[in-house]
Amino acid sequence: MTMTEAPPGRLADQFQFGLDAPICLTWELTYACNLACVHCLSSSGRRDPGELSTDECRAVIDELEAMQVFYVNIGGGEPTVRPDFWELVDYATGHHVGVKFSTNGVKLGPAEAARLAGSDYLDVQVSLDGATAEVNDAVRGPGSYDTAIRAMAHLAEAGFRGFKLSVVVTRHNLTQLDAFEALADRYGAQLRLTRLRPSGRGADVWDELHPTAEQQRLLYDWLAARGERVLTGDSFFHLAGYGEPLPGLNLCGAGRVVCLIDPVGDVYACPFAIHRAFLAGNLRRDGGFASVWRDSELFADLRRPQTGGACTRCQFFDACRGGCMAAKFFTGLPLDGPDPECVRGFGEAALAARGDATPPRPSPDHSHRHGRGGGPVPVTIGRRPPAQSLIDRGTPSGFPGPLRACDQSPLAGFQPSCPS
Amino acid sequence: MPPSAAPDGAGFDLDRPWAVHPQVALRPERFGALAYHFGTRRLSFLKSRTLLAVVEGLASHPSGRAACVAAGVRDADLPAYRRALATLAASGLIRQRSRP
Repeated sequence: MTMTEAPPGRLADQFQFGLDAPICLTWELTYACNLACVHCLSSSGRRDPGELSTDECRAVIDELEAMQVFYVNIGGGEPTVRPDFWELVDYATGHHVGVKFSTNGVKLGPAEAARLAGSDYLDVQVSLDGATAEVNDAVRGPGSYDTAIRAMAHLAEAGFRGFKLSVVVTRHNLTQLDAFEALADRYGAQLRLTRLRPSGRGADVWDELHPTAEQQRLLYDWLAARGERVLTGDSFFHLAGYGEPLPGLNLCGAGRVVCLIDPVGDVYACPFAIHRAFLAGNLRRDGGFASVWRDSELFADLRRPQTGGACTRCQFFDACRGGCMAAKFFTGLPLDGPDPECVRGFGEAALAARGDATPPRPSPDHSHRHGRGGGPVPVTIGRRPPAQSLIDRGTPSGFPGPLRACDQSPLAGFQPSCPS
Repeated sequence: MPPSAAPDGAGFDLDRPWAVHPQVALRPERFGALAYHFGTRRLSFLKSRTLLAVVEGLASHPSGRAACVAAGVRDADLPAYRRALATLAASGLIRQRSRP
């Protein structure tokens, strides 16, 4: 099916009021990571002593099954370093919850690759932020390029077709889009590009690493030319003002169709908003995931029609809906104003007008305390994992009521690609 | 992916027996339903509860048309449902089954 049959706006209008269960759920299993990417969304590095136990994780999966969550996007940290990682994966798929996980490839050998290739209910995203070791390792750390390539080779050898090569787009790798595509083709993978967000450690490097306005335009054109061949996790809806919307829901799903469960059971509105301002509740304290999803005051607030502020007067508001909430928040911009990467340049103006105000600091921080041997060098470039966007500062339109089959196609669809 | 099959549903045989693909999960929603295909990893939106009822009824009716009628689809709306089913078939969400 195609989104062209159904204007995304219509579904978006419905989704802004939230669903009984998320469509895309990101679950970060651990803050532990062998790398120390300069742009890590979750400021990962050290395991948190309060991380959910295996039994608690199983209970989460039971809830997801009951809520009919089709699949969960597992990340971290580096999720595969949890000793019970594969046990939890098996438990999830055994309970009708598919698993897609993000990895830097450190634990992905021939045996794991074969296991992944053998299941329709497992998918994997290998993170790589440069099509060359030089560009990648500046952000993700020495050796990380080779590790990811080795993992992809194992997947290809095992016959896994269509796993994802996941790239966070930066100022330094935007010139490598064709090379990323070639790399994905070489290993039988599908390319996935996501937005660099100023979340986690990304806040420290966003200024130097986020694509320039000219690059954003190139990126939009490049993506538009590829349609659904390249996934984006709905990351770039803030660029929709350049022309036709890119494939995807094109809305901010935070707390409406998307959310994040972090390693200690905190539930946030989206994977790019690990900050108490976007904390909806905690699995342990608040009666489990379903309770938080359904009863959180924060989520209730996000599911009410939003005001777009000055943006509502912009001709492109229907397309971008004001952009990404997290990107605004962590750059110190008001949530009802333009996205920092607004295609009309209003974001740049807003950033310039911030003065000396300090943007909110990401919290908590699990970064390795003294850097990390072999870790990234946080000097020149910052980088960050996948991003997604969420905000849909929706129009205050009413709920569109039952759709009639005679005036439009009764279905629409796409290949979802969650935020993280 | 798919708008492939003829957008008007031509080529889709409403009079044959159909069923939801075994790798597809359906989740009812206020607006209709979500349908996820674990094989293609594709998510689709069924934008009316009636379409959901049609799809859910496919396996227990001798034809797509019978499933539509049972779900209360009016004659005038049949072409739209036929197109929707054709799109679902093109995406592999539903497929023909042998005669009951």
